[in-house]
Amino acid sequence: MNTILSIAAMNIKFVTPRGLLEAVHEVSLDIPVGSSVGIVGESGSGKTVLSRAAMGLLSGSTVRREGKVVFDGKELTTMTREQVRNEFGTGMAMIFQDPMTALNPVRRVGTQIAESLRIRLGMSKKAAVVRTIELLSLVQIPDPQAMLRKFPYQLSGGMRQRVMIAIAISCSPKLLFADEPTTALDVTVQSQILQLLSDLRRELKMSMVLVTHDLGVVAGNTDYVAVMYAGEIVEQAPTSELFANMKMPYTEALLKSIPTIHMQSGKRLAVIEGRLPDPTSRLQGCSFAPRCPYVQPKCTAEHPPLVNAGNDHLYRCWFPLGQTIARKQ
Amino acid sequence: MAGSGYAHLRDSDDVVLALRDIVVEFRVGGGRVVNAVSRISIDVRRGETLAIVGESGCGKTTLGKAILQLPAPNTGQVMFEGTDLTKLPKEQLRSARTAIQMVFQDPISSLDPRMTVGEIVGEPLWIWGRGSEADREAKVRELLNNVGLDPELVLHRRSYEFSGGQCQRISIARSLALEPRMLICDEPVSALDVSIQAQILNLLQDMKDRYGLTMVFISHDLAVVKAVSNRIMVMYLGKICEVGSPDAIYSKPAHHYTSALLDSVPVPDPAYQRNNVALQGEPPSPVAPPTGCRFRTRCPAASPLCAAEEPLLREVAPDQFVACHHPRL
Repeated sequence: MNTILSIAAMNIKFVTPRGLLEAVHEVSLDIPVGSSVGIVGESGSGKTVLSRAAMGLLSGSTVRREGKVVFDGKELTTMTREQVRNEFGTGMAMIFQDPMTALNPVRRVGTQIAESLRIRLGMSKKAAVVRTIELLSLVQIPDPQAMLRKFPYQLSGGMRQRVMIAIAISCSPKLLFADEPTTALDVTVQSQILQLLSDLRRELKMSMVLVTHDLGVVAGNTDYVAVMYAGEIVEQAPTSELFANMKMPYTEALLKSIPTIHMQSGKRLAVIEGRLPDPTSRLQGCSFAPRCPYVQPKCTAEHPPLVNAGNDHLYRCWFPLGQTIARKQ
Repeated sequence: MAGSGYAHLRDSDDVVLALRDIVVEFRVGGGRVVNAVSRISIDVRRGETLAIVGESGCGKTTLGKAILQLPAPNTGQVMFEGTDLTKLPKEQLRSARTAIQMVFQDPISSLDPRMTVGEIVGEPLWIWGRGSEADREAKVRELLNNVGLDPELVLHRRSYEFSGGQCQRISIARSLALEPRMLICDEPVSALDVSIQAQILNLLQDMKDRYGLTMVFISHDLAVVKAVSNRIMVMYLGKICEVGSPDAIYSKPAHHYTSALLDSVPVPDPAYQRNNVALQGEPPSPVAPPTGCRFRTRCPAASPLCAAEEPLLREVAPDQFVACHHPRL
């Protein structure tokens, strides 16, 4: 299996006044060429930090980073900032969560899309305008010619996200990071944008990393899923295998907490009690143990390793779901 | 009469809130007018939760605020417990409004970062001079306890020290301080993670039972409202599309817009196949809404009749009313 991006034994810590904050702990993840991989977790689970670190966007004196990131055969972790920067646009690109703040409010949409074409691909002004119009129609914006002269504030959230996507795919990247691309949008627009992303991925033969807190978004739009909790990958599998054969109680709890249209009205929703553990002190046992409905004495004493269940299915649990053992309810 | 119709209105003694022909318009310069809410009539019974559902820009928030006269509707009546709020003098309106409170969408920006949690939750009591200082502090402690926060830990901290879900709990505690009879929740969970959404939705249900509240719940997500509402009103471009009981609307939506909204909800099952094409495009401008049925420009069943004549609400099934010339049956 060819991988476009390979993250190996990644550790990321931040220096804070309260001590070292461990945001990502021993994460290894491969993104196969042409696939779409979902990274799922709650706020604070480390999913955004992981994806930014994979792009080399985390640096500074307060970041402690260990591990190896290999993108397209090149080891990003040993490259200089300038060299990593050269990979942006043509190698990898990112779509951010909030399309309202990710665009420059005082520059026209056309200029913002053409910028990377001019700088990265060295296009002439004229050629860049022609390509910008093509890109705008590719992301299904009606009347692309008129869009060139507009400012972001004149656009709806969905249209802004389409512009963001046009910028991201402008230099035909091999890998697209989408960090919560639809969280700020309405459900109707969300389904349009997700459809657009999967069409573009097929058309442009891109690989994609989709970061989200919603298992519902992951279900129809990814080939593989990695579930993160407290900075670790706690379950990882091909998407259909994960949903058919869940092993980790956390994944199950996350799935159960999604409100669906099939649930009975007036019924209480399932919740995950409690909250994420303090990231400045790692628990001795399983990090989900304090909130797990099936917790056993062993869970609080020993940290579970990532176990392979076959079918590319990895999980981090001493007592995985689907095994017949006595459980505390 | 070219309104949304009155067939869905109920004539009973326990109607707490009755909106009649509410119109809210905003001038946007150049002599143009945004038709945010166009002649909407609806009623809410005591103890009921009415969900108002629609896309961004459909006027659902404006309608929610019009109940509180923030701003007052251009024309129309807001009858709350038999009093028309639009006709009340300023001081009387202020005191009438203590019975109706609001929970806002963004839990972080709706709390003053310079005030302690105790001050935030106690402020309504202080403004209205309820009880002695000791009474007020006891009340604040009770409220914080009821929303699941430990008063000892949170009373003297400020909002930036809390997560989104905790901030929303503080907001809810504040809204309950004056013991309102009605709570208007404007997208209270759309800024939160799925796992936290469920906690807040359950909390709102508990508070409704404990304080005997009547609720108006505004959301763009039909899956979220299913759990909490007794009656659902679907809005599009300032008009009502469909009103009815959740059972009827979820099992056989009669309006094409309702069905498109239901189809847009992400389903956490990779094997799930969407049977309909999700809604294309975005709503037209509310400055120049389409003639006749406002949804016709995106509707799969649109006919010449839809452009010529505006559909009125009519009953298609027990407690299910739809404004459509060609309902799905």
